[in-house]
Amino acid sequence: MTTATKHISFNEALPALFGAQFSANGWFAGREAALQQFLALGGIPTVKVEDWKYTNVVPFFKNDIQITLPEVPEVTAAQLEAAATLIPDAHRLVLVNGVLQQHLSQLPPAAQVTVSRLSEAGTQPAVELYFNQSPKINEHHFAQLNSALFNDGLFIEVKAKAIVEQPIQVIHLYAAGQSRLFNPRHLVVVNEGASVQIVESAAGLGLTDTVVINSVTESIVAERAQLSQYQLQTGGNQLRFINQNLVEQKGKSLYNNYTFTLTDSDFVRNNLNISLDEERTETHMYGFYIAAGTQVIDNHTSVDHRMPHCESNELYRGVLLDKATGVFNGKIYVHEDAQKTNAFQQNNNLVISPEATLFTKPQLEIFADDVKCSHGCTIGQVSEDALFYLRARGIGEAEARNLLVKAFAFDITAKVTIPAVRKHVEQIASQYLNA
Amino acid sequence: MLDIKNLHAAVEGNAILKGINLTVKPGEVHAIMGPNGSGKSSLASVLAGRESYEVTDGSVDFLGKDLLDMSPEVRAREGLFLAFQYPVEIPGVSNINFLKTAVNEIRAYHGEPPMQAKAFLDMLKSKQKLMEFDANLMNRSLNEGFSGGEKKRNDIFQMAMLEPKLAIMDETDSGLDIDALRIVSAGVNKLRSKDNAFVIITHYQRLLEYIVPDFVHVLYNGRIVKSGTKELALELEEKGYDWLKEDIRLEEPVQ
Ligand SMILES: Nc1ncnc2c1ncn2[C@@H]1O[C@H](COP(=O)(O)OP(=O)(O)OP(=O)(O)O)[C@@H](O)[C@H]1O
Ligand SMILES: [Mg+2]
Repeated sequence: MTTATKHISFNEALPALFGAQFSANGWFAGREAALQQFLALGGIPTVKVEDWKYTNVVPFFKNDIQITLPEVPEVTAAQLEAAATLIPDAHRLVLVNGVLQQHLSQLPPAAQVTVSRLSEAGTQPAVELYFNQSPKINEHHFAQLNSALFNDGLFIEVKAKAIVEQPIQVIHLYAAGQSRLFNPRHLVVVNEGASVQIVESAAGLGLTDTVVINSVTESIVAERAQLSQYQLQTGGNQLRFINQNLVEQKGKSLYNNYTFTLTDSDFVRNNLNISLDEERTETHMYGFYIAAGTQVIDNHTSVDHRMPHCESNELYRGVLLDKATGVFNGKIYVHEDAQKTNAFQQNNNLVISPEATLFTKPQLEIFADDVKCSHGCTIGQVSEDALFYLRARGIGEAEARNLLVKAFAFDITAKVTIPAVRKHVEQIASQYLNA
Repeated sequence: MLDIKNLHAAVEGNAILKGINLTVKPGEVHAIMGPNGSGKSSLASVLAGRESYEVTDGSVDFLGKDLLDMSPEVRAREGLFLAFQYPVEIPGVSNINFLKTAVNEIRAYHGEPPMQAKAFLDMLKSKQKLMEFDANLMNRSLNEGFSGGEKKRNDIFQMAMLEPKLAIMDETDSGLDIDALRIVSAGVNKLRSKDNAFVIITHYQRLLEYIVPDFVHVLYNGRIVKSGTKELALELEEKGYDWLKEDIRLEEPVQ
């Protein structure tokens, strides 16, 4: 029961630390309430909490994990280039330990997009309107922990009708001398009729110990606006991710999410929660993960269809190797008023190794009667017929399998609309699959 | 080239091939006909090495080697080609990459270096011309969304690219339009030489007017029950299979 003791000590140690450093940090007045809510929810969730049943995070929060305010070391352009793949023809925002670095960034035109440190955005009207307002944010343990402890992050607001042609690449760099917890916090607001693509990735800078990144992003897609968010989880081996993205869509908006988890990190948990607040929205969610070694990769998504005539479409695929564990949980709620909903969900997995484990759970709750919903999940091997076809043409079995696994992946990467991103992701996927 | 002796094979415990004997020499074209379910595709699958078939008896010699001892890829590299009755769709694998991989793996097996990009493209173009194969299909995923006839033509195009010693064509004609049938047949005739051989599985005499066989065999209930020359195909076209079935019933003890 040693882990239980440690778990209690993290939760128990928290209030004192919070009082000393965080309670009066910055403009956000809700920290104390968030801390209390986190503790009321039971603190760090154990596997007894339904949503954390398959992923035990308790061991990551040992009492030596630092939760003090992070320092922000000086980072050079050379260090940035060594740590991250820069996308050509893109605006670029670089953060070190959650803090925006002007000297490494190339901001989008101010006439189209407001970009600032979240810690300096307290008086922005959009922050007052939307910050920490996402539906159900109170139910999420780690979102509450983040609200209590966040130090900084990004505030991005795209002005009404602004069409931002080039993608905005956001690179999060993390540096720490010992095991620690980071709580970056971001707010993205895309106003009426505006359009933007945001490509995020994270990497460690010379980490010698594991760090946990408990990131929360709230994203608002206003009427007729379009937002595409890419999570390229391709970085480093000392990073553990707990990501939460809470998205709200207004009438006739379009939201695309791409989550690629192709990483050396031993633990990734993504929570994508999308709330369709008004009519005639369109949503696409694409995910692809490769889990190898003893990695745990866990994707939880939820879509709340609250209003009529909304369409959501979700396709997640995974490849499981070695002794890895994959989790997919896709919730779709169709509320009583959400007539004429179209909601589709697919989760396909190739479990290559007999020692790998996969948990997949579609959860559809439908309270309206005039809806089209479908879901499917598969756990399997590559198709024997396809394998035979390739071998019958002289292609060796190992190579044929490799081709088929790549084909399975590239079906998803083909949905990526930014060519440089697609190429980058396919390269990394190939590397992992060839290894 | 190919010597099949007393071949027996089963799927999931059901005997399908029940003693096939067939010899194919270089330069020959053999046609195999026979009613639905008689075992024609099964014979092709066993020769190509599909693992769901269990060979329970008999032997197959291919160019002096034991064919049944080889993996499907080695059979292909040794020069065996199967044009499938139902070519599979493989989304995400591009036609052209697939072909390049296949060509180069076969070359590597024979100790040859990978083909240069230019040489490969030249070969691609000349075979496209030979088979009048739509170049636009090359850049798509392997057979994905291809029409029935396009899939068949893609298989035959692959055959032209891989230049096998023995090609087994399983109902290549079904699904081809009248022009395509003529084009594919002309292509096959151009590929014919004294060194290679073809086994053509078909239901219709029409294909055999274009690709004239040296021998015609009738497969029925897992056995070759009659062999003849191209005239046999004409006779079958006229009379169907019932007269043969009658003959066999007379020959076989009642069970
Ligand atoms: N997996 C299987 N399990 C049981 N029976 C099978 C299996 N696969 C094939 N068969 C049977 O083997 C027999 C021969 O099938 P095959 O496909 O070889 O016939 P065919 O001569 O090619 O017919 P067609 O002219 O219709 O293409 C059929 O009766 C078929 O149902
Ligand atoms: Mg058949």
